[in-house]
Amino acid sequence: MEYFLQQLINGITLGSIYGLIAIGYTMVYGIIGMINFAHGDIFMVSSFIALIVITALGLTISTGLGLTILALILVLVTAMVIASVYGWTTERLAYRPLRGSFRLAPLITAIGISIVLQNYIQITQGARVKPLQPIIADGYTIMTRVDANGEFAVQISNMQILIIVVTIILMTIFSLIIAKTSLGRAQRACEQDRKMASLLGINVDRTISMTFVMGAALAAVAGLMFLLYYGVIDFFIGFVAGVKAFTAAVLGGIGSLPGAMLGGLVIGLIETFWSAYFSIEYKDVAAFSMLAIVLIFLPQGLLGKPEVEKV
Amino acid sequence: MTDSTNSDSRPGRHLDFGKVAKDLIVTALIATAIFGSTIAFRTVSAAGGLRLEVRYDLAFYVIAVVVIGRLLLWLFIWSKPPGTSAVEMPVSIKSGLAKVTAKVGKGFGPTMLMFALVFPFLPFTDRYLLDLSILILTYVMLGWGLNIVVGLAGLLDLGYVAFYAIGAYSYALLAQYFGFSFWMCLPLAGILAAFWGIILGFPVLRLRGDYLAIVTLAFGEIIRIVLLNWYQFTGGPDGLSGIPRPSFFGLPFSRGEGGFSDFFGFDYSSMHRIIFMYFLILALALLTNFVTNRLRRLPIGRAWEALREDEIACRSLGLNTTSVKLTAFAIGGMFAGFAGSFFATRQGFISPESFTFIESALILAIVVLGGMGSQVGVVIASIAMIGGFEVFREAEQFRMLIFGLAMVVIMIWRPRGLISTRIPSIFLKEKKAVSADMVAQGEGH
Amino acid sequence: MTHVVDDPVLTVEHLNMRFGGLLAVDDLSFDVGRRDITALIGPNGAGKTTVFNCITGFYKPTEGRITARHEGGKTFLLERMDDFKIPKIAKVARTFQNIRLFGGMTVLENLMVGQHNTLMVASNYTFGGIFGLSGYKKAEKEAVELAKYWMDQAGLTQRADDAAGDLPYGEQRKLEIARAMCTKPKLLCLDEPAAGLNPRESEELNKLLLFIRKERDTGVLLIEHDMNVVMGISDHIIVLDYGKKIADGTPEEIRNDPSVIAAYLGVADEEVEEVEHEIEEGASS
Repeated sequence: MEYFLQQLINGITLGSIYGLIAIGYTMVYGIIGMINFAHGDIFMVSSFIALIVITALGLTISTGLGLTILALILVLVTAMVIASVYGWTTERLAYRPLRGSFRLAPLITAIGISIVLQNYIQITQGARVKPLQPIIADGYTIMTRVDANGEFAVQISNMQILIIVVTIILMTIFSLIIAKTSLGRAQRACEQDRKMASLLGINVDRTISMTFVMGAALAAVAGLMFLLYYGVIDFFIGFVAGVKAFTAAVLGGIGSLPGAMLGGLVIGLIETFWSAYFSIEYKDVAAFSMLAIVLIFLPQGLLGKPEVEKV
Repeated sequence: MTDSTNSDSRPGRHLDFGKVAKDLIVTALIATAIFGSTIAFRTVSAAGGLRLEVRYDLAFYVIAVVVIGRLLLWLFIWSKPPGTSAVEMPVSIKSGLAKVTAKVGKGFGPTMLMFALVFPFLPFTDRYLLDLSILILTYVMLGWGLNIVVGLAGLLDLGYVAFYAIGAYSYALLAQYFGFSFWMCLPLAGILAAFWGIILGFPVLRLRGDYLAIVTLAFGEIIRIVLLNWYQFTGGPDGLSGIPRPSFFGLPFSRGEGGFSDFFGFDYSSMHRIIFMYFLILALALLTNFVTNRLRRLPIGRAWEALREDEIACRSLGLNTTSVKLTAFAIGGMFAGFAGSFFATRQGFISPESFTFIESALILAIVVLGGMGSQVGVVIASIAMIGGFEVFREAEQFRMLIFGLAMVVIMIWRPRGLISTRIPSIFLKEKKAVSADMVAQGEGH
Repeated sequence: MTHVVDDPVLTVEHLNMRFGGLLAVDDLSFDVGRRDITALIGPNGAGKTTVFNCITGFYKPTEGRITARHEGGKTFLLERMDDFKIPKIAKVARTFQNIRLFGGMTVLENLMVGQHNTLMVASNYTFGGIFGLSGYKKAEKEAVELAKYWMDQAGLTQRADDAAGDLPYGEQRKLEIARAMCTKPKLLCLDEPAAGLNPRESEELNKLLLFIRKERDTGVLLIEHDMNVVMGISDHIIVLDYGKKIADGTPEEIRNDPSVIAAYLGVADEEVEEVEHEIEEGASS
């Protein structure tokens, strides 16, 4: 029971990170119907940028709490801005020229961009894993159990609290943007019917660009969280995290923001429990199988609308 | 072009310096954000944590190159009004040129084949070139195999390498556990790969284009992870070594009595085996091509192409689209299985490292660049891609970066590949190529 | 009121099709005669295409029974069959409202795909064909002959080797019908075959449809808005409005049916009900 509770906390933390990445997939897929294959690598790039800024600021575990929070906000903003530029540029260079071309063309350029980003980071930042000493320590012990095997404490670390709180705040902000602002309205209009939206005076190109920017910014949040939580990153983290986040987006119902978050949580929990109770080597197999199972049996996802085949 | 006053009035004839300057500043800012962040700073391990290494100069050069490149684009490309940038060809020359290329295209296949047959015996052919050709031919074969799935049936498969891996491991394991010879394993590897194609294909084939793509990618990764972790059976990351080399119908390529050279009375040369390997993969590739061409003229091949064009229409004509898709998957997978067992026997050693997603992406890039469905296109694209890889051999770490960039640039330049016209599978009076605009590219429009 | 059909090739009984809260087809029953041209007409959104999609298996009806009958008396329950088996086994072929051709394939290739199942058997499911057995060659020759026959009837012989996507609209319509005929159907369902055709093309289409009925023993069920086509060639007309059958009879009967006139002229709902009521009373008395 205690072990289960601990895994639940870990799973929710991991799921929050996947959920943040999944939003980028779900928004882009919703609006232009393409799998932005390079999105996972934007997440990877942003975690490297966060690492650079943290190192530049000389942030360590001994930095005071107030200063740490200020510094982390600075790191987050920098990573979000730069990741947005990456997201905007890839859309502008690799996807926009292919709009109106056949559907698989942008998927193939997206794979190209993914390869470019991975190798670019490998060249400029090195191929080895980057370790980061923990910055936020401590946590709370929720309960302890003492039995013949010794003591087992269920803990939630400050880091985990931070991740969950930041995710909730950002989710709320972005949901409000989609629901209340004119940008959000334009996005929803483009999702329904791009041609009609442009006839009604919506700048479709700009709306799509902004979608990529928002997705990349959220991926940057996930990048920082991932870096702080795991403490190691390398140039390849984007691929697997990307596939899992995409699974989360599909599971939740593609195009739905709460769905992406829910899907992220489910995938995070499945992965954590699988690692805890079965085998850690096959945790990716579990996630990939989940993807296949979801697409086959629940293609509209948990919160999506079923699609009617038009004849 | 005819009247200078006329062309002057066209928009964009004169550079608007304010606009260009603004654009260049924006470009510089974007380049700074992108390259300034990741080139100028690099984290390196140091005692007690990480340290920052600074390379402002390098970042500055890269940003300068981007800005100057954009300036040059403004000056020489975008300053010309649209339509006049390229020299217009009169229609008669254009159609004449098309006829010439069509003729050349017709002769291209047989010429390439003749060349491929005599290639090992040409005076300048050395071990290096032969090895490279074997590699290219392996990709030609894989490209032709994947072409069945992607080019003909229009199903995007991002996990094709899984079948390649199944073929390779089938041979290696059958040889290791049962001592089967290469010639026995070759068909078995193909059958196993086809069988897996059906097993994996069955549940996923009703998915739409890009969902199918992602699921096939997932399957490719699952196979790789299983190979990596099933240590007792597959050797895990260490792979399998000591895979037996093929014999020439029972004659091993070894020195001394009973070997190939001894039997035919040649002097022993290590080249014999390489040349044999070359012809082996050439024969396998030609088999793939022959079978594919044959299938295209059979109802199953036409059903594949019809599926690519319109799945709903197919069902309205009584085609069982599931089995049409499955056969495409299985036959495409079978050829990858053949290629895989060839790969295993050539290398003598295999490990999961050879079967990553990048490999699938490379084969797919060859098919797409060649022009989906075009057999000759795959050959040209394989030579260009694998040859290009060799050119950048020196710059090992830039190789993949350039590969990725090439994928993007080529896709934007020619979304339909180098050879995009389609040759009909049957004709009444005259065989007319179908232009690319008519041909659908598979599911999802 | 139901038009009496002696030898129906298709019987639809109590068909219901519900999409969420919308009842697109409401307790619809009708027969299609074996050698008749039967027209299904009605205002936009009356549920005509939905009926077609139920008959041809693209939708599974919520309720109801759809039976196809061959000459020998063999019957097929279409609502229980997979969509691809309906043309293959029950021999019901269809065309689409927005033409669905294989645009990148030639006219001849389109017609060959229409004969896929016959050719598959002839090629021993590819195994014989790949080794070039003579049985397949003969079957292919016959298939080309059948394709030629339908190209002649549809006036497409000159375009045999052109891409289907290159054809003008009217020829695409005819090619789609020819392709459906290549499956040798007992019943041909045409979804607005005359839509977008000019008067000359529409006249040619009429001839083709009359030819199909006369020479090929194939029943035709068509959805059509063009009243010239409907009144000119149909033997039997069924009128739908809001998913319900409001009339069923010969062209002469339909022409004089007040509820049809009401539905087409857009009389206010209450009045239609009134008119319908009158008709029902008239029918029962």
